[in-house]
Amino acid sequence: MAEVQPRYDDGRQTTLLGVAGLVFEALPEGALWWADEGLLVVADLHLEKGSSFARRGQMLPPYDTAETLARLGSLVARLAPRRVVALGDSFHDDGGAERLAARDRATLAGLQSGRDWVWIAGNHDPRPHGLGGTCVAELSLGPVTFRHEPRAGGAMGEIAGHLHPAAVVAGNGKWVRRKCFAGDGHRLVLPAFGAYAGGLNILDRAFAGLFAPATFRAFMLGDRVYPVSPRLLRRD
Amino acid sequence: MSRRAAPKTDIDILPPVFRDWFVARGWAPRPHQLELLRRAREGRSTLLIAPTGAGKTLAGFLPSLTALHERPKVNRPGGRGIHTLYISPLKALAVDIARNLEKPIAEMGLPVTIETRTGDTPLHKRQRQKLKPPDILLTTPEQAALLLSATDADRFFADLDMVVLDELHALVTSKRGDMLSLGLARLRQLAPNLKAIGLSATVADPDALRAWIMSGAQPKALPEPPASPLPGGERDRVRGAAAGRVMPPHPVSLPSPDARPAKRTSPHRGEVGGEVAPAPSTTLRAVPLLHPSGRGEELADLVVVKGGARPDISILDSAEHVPWSGHTARYALPDIYRLIGEHHMTLVFVNVRSQAELLFQELWRINTEGHPIALHHGSLDAAQRRKVETAMSAGKLRAVVCTSTLDLGIDWGDVDLVLNVGAPKGASRLAQRIGRANHRLDEPSKAILVPANRFEVMECRAALDANYIGAQDTPPIRDGGLDVLAQHVLGMACSAPFSADALYAEAISAYPYRHLDRATFDRVIAFVATGGYALKTYERFAKIRQGTDHLWRIAHPSVAQQYRLNVGTIIETALLNVRVSRSAKQGFAGRGGRVLGKIEEYFIEQLAPGDTFLFGGMVLRFEGIHENEAIATRAADAEPKIPIYAGGKFPLSTYLAEGVRAMLADEKKWKNLPEQVSTWLEVQKRRSLLPKREQLLVETFPRGNRFFMVAYPFEGRLAHQTLGMLLTRRLERAKLKPTGFVASDYALGVWGLGDLASAFASGKPSLAQLFDEDMLGDDLEDWMADSYLLKRMFRNVAMIAGLVDKRHPGREKTGRQVTVSTDLVYDVLRRHEPDHILLKATWADAATGLLDIGRLGDMLKRIKGRIVHKALDRISPLAVPVMVDIGKEAIAGEAGEDVLREAAEDLEREAMGDG
Repeated sequence: MAEVQPRYDDGRQTTLLGVAGLVFEALPEGALWWADEGLLVVADLHLEKGSSFARRGQMLPPYDTAETLARLGSLVARLAPRRVVALGDSFHDDGGAERLAARDRATLAGLQSGRDWVWIAGNHDPRPHGLGGTCVAELSLGPVTFRHEPRAGGAMGEIAGHLHPAAVVAGNGKWVRRKCFAGDGHRLVLPAFGAYAGGLNILDRAFAGLFAPATFRAFMLGDRVYPVSPRLLRRD
Repeated sequence: MSRRAAPKTDIDILPPVFRDWFVARGWAPRPHQLELLRRAREGRSTLLIAPTGAGKTLAGFLPSLTALHERPKVNRPGGRGIHTLYISPLKALAVDIARNLEKPIAEMGLPVTIETRTGDTPLHKRQRQKLKPPDILLTTPEQAALLLSATDADRFFADLDMVVLDELHALVTSKRGDMLSLGLARLRQLAPNLKAIGLSATVADPDALRAWIMSGAQPKALPEPPASPLPGGERDRVRGAAAGRVMPPHPVSLPSPDARPAKRTSPHRGEVGGEVAPAPSTTLRAVPLLHPSGRGEELADLVVVKGGARPDISILDSAEHVPWSGHTARYALPDIYRLIGEHHMTLVFVNVRSQAELLFQELWRINTEGHPIALHHGSLDAAQRRKVETAMSAGKLRAVVCTSTLDLGIDWGDVDLVLNVGAPKGASRLAQRIGRANHRLDEPSKAILVPANRFEVMECRAALDANYIGAQDTPPIRDGGLDVLAQHVLGMACSAPFSADALYAEAISAYPYRHLDRATFDRVIAFVATGGYALKTYERFAKIRQGTDHLWRIAHPSVAQQYRLNVGTIIETALLNVRVSRSAKQGFAGRGGRVLGKIEEYFIEQLAPGDTFLFGGMVLRFEGIHENEAIATRAADAEPKIPIYAGGKFPLSTYLAEGVRAMLADEKKWKNLPEQVSTWLEVQKRRSLLPKREQLLVETFPRGNRFFMVAYPFEGRLAHQTLGMLLTRRLERAKLKPTGFVASDYALGVWGLGDLASAFASGKPSLAQLFDEDMLGDDLEDWMADSYLLKRMFRNVAMIAGLVDKRHPGREKTGRQVTVSTDLVYDVLRRHEPDHILLKATWADAATGLLDIGRLGDMLKRIKGRIVHKALDRISPLAVPVMVDIGKEAIAGEAGEDVLREAAEDLEREAMGDG
């Protein structure tokens, strides 16, 4: 099996990691870049989470959708991807697509124009919507499959979201908690990209059994992406 | 009538049945008890300041009991509404008071019903209380807020005549106090003739408390024009004039009860008991209505009980080595045990739960005599605590190791010794605890302070001096929190539709909100309605709406439900039940077993199954988490594997800091210190120097391959932490490569790779520049943008204000799916609407609370031009304690790129090694 050792590439100022023998770039913004295919992957945007909470009486600041789209927009502008894949839970609930404000709707349309856009269904947003692009259950490209929720058991070449991984390391008398990618060369789980989407410690039971212990790494987000051995990880 | 020469209030004021009751017991009513009764009969509100043991409780209730005795019966279905509402900060205290009152009520055969209502009161009892209210209801601020938010609040409180506020000094400086002040203002709307009695220990500024008690007494009749609020001073004058009575500005003495010549007392504020020795005396001061300074606020009457025998306090003079650092005071264990053996009943106070656990376990280990020693702290299950309390009042215990849950005026049995382990941290807290030792005024209380380290020895010494000179340092009452106001506004909407004008007038009649301007108030209403954002997209989800009648009302009954779940200002860290299962073999199936109490979730999460820890005085083996319970079994281990590290919970108070600085500077004072401590200071003087009172000493020295700087501001851990964050930013900019810092209550240590001593010597930067006040400008702003502490504070504000729902440990199944990280909300809000009202509220909390910016600012001002630098070639004696703390204290969550980089490099090394 072709293994790709995760590493920081000084020349490209980016962290490379492997899934099923293919090389991807983990971006500090929390997105995955497949340069050969011009493919940008983001997970768990949770757009309209603010208004979803507001419906139930918790008036979160209504700026999360604009914020998330702006972050995505700057990546799109920089990388000019041919295709964007959103790994599910793109909206916090099924009504999110309808609640999208006109301004945000226009921003999204701008991002989609001139490229393929794939919405993968998530547990928060299982129904297809009419916001441009294609709505699918999952997407396979060569040896890798993009889906929302990681499948139990060993999955070769799976790129997923859903779990919102985050990791904690300690040192120099302080501890640092960051969102992270979690991968073992066979499977990769992306951090949640949404402005209101939090992180779950990858030592949580929800991650149990997903990764091969020997090759499992956390890729923590910071000024760059830092590959970290699970040996150094801490609980919250 | 004139109060010019306040006459001795005659015992005749008491109805015969009360007089007979006193006589039958061979007691005489105390002058202040009669005095409070007389004032209540005149319809006046009063603040009673008295030491523990002065009969405060009876004084507070005598007016109600006599009034209820004399009140004609009515034949109304359900009887009358509540006559007296008693509010205490502690559930346990309310229960205790009920117990204490039932006795005289029964003995006098008074037709008075008395009940408690707390979070533990069963639903059926609460419902019954609504239908058939007791005469006297004892409750907490949270329950009072809930009662006031009910749709029948006006009926429930229509007959309210008296409100008794216990331990007022402890309440008013917190957000619970803010909440209660708004509640009091509302109560006075519902029952305009309401009288209030505040019961308090000695405080620095009784006038603030007197004004606080009058919250709601004079709401402005006419609402102010919304656009142009009156300046504070003018408003106060209007209200002061409305009070309408001008009294002579000097206090009047009352004769003491034993008819010796009346003692003229000075009007000096903040006097406490112990003025006269050796003969016990009780002196009353009656103080006139209006504030002598002409501040013009309406003030409640003031009755001060002084006297009491001078407490007998000493510092433990141990033959053992007093450690440099740490908080356990383990060295003093044999001494503590010996003292318990020598006394009838000892209370051993410690500052935090983990300390209590540790000390309790250690005491039992050496308890060869088998003394009954018990443990009491807030995390223990209520039933466990109740058991200890009962055993204690029955005189079955020799000692109780306890935390501040016993701090507040619960009356215990015959305690003859109080041990205070660790630093008392504030002179008021110390006075409070020592009050426990004795509930008879005329016997001296005995207390021994047990410092856990050398700085604490000095702090104890300062506290001791403070107690003798009667200095008090309760923090001043701050302006009321906007988050609390938001919660109150929603509560009022749940109760009945309100007009913004009227509610504003009511809010500013509450003392903590007297400076609140109308524009801010309107923003709070907008926040409650839709979040109050500049981007108005939530109108359709509004929680409260303004009708065509201009009244605000809740949009849906579910809003009231949500309010009820979120009421309160105490933000608990998530807690898990600790259940002790009999056997681990059954695993999670083996539920059963008893619940020992609650433990912080973050602590449990760091345990792996099999780890042992200390709880409820036992070494427990952690088996796993099941829903909201941590399952554990009893372990045979003598030592827990996972220690709980926790330092003092409270920062060093300003007053004691001053005392410690003075002690350092004045060699003459060292003779009062244990020899090993004074020797320590002498060596420090020889090797480095000791700063003068107003100076800030900064030492620099190399150690290992790093350069250290230790500063000694003595301003408390919080202010030092903030200072540390800001200094490292500046050092970073000066390219001195700081790599960490550690803050204690007394000192701050910063270290890095750059040579700090030579940088300061060459003025790159100079120490004056480094410590310049301007760090509280841009540096602070920048740092706060991403500060972990600020985010934590924002979370509390967001929960209190109702932006996010409070967590209800136990009621939530899958917490992570229904909550949102307030850290992320904070980031987004700060970027998109930095002047939002919740950020304003957070900043206000930061300035006074966790970051102690106010205190840091005062310190920077004080030391301007007074920094002394001592460049050393090695560590100084004074620096040892703070250096020992390195590695124990972790500064959480700040810029962590260096940590991440090191972690990643570790992986690279591993990869190279593997390859």
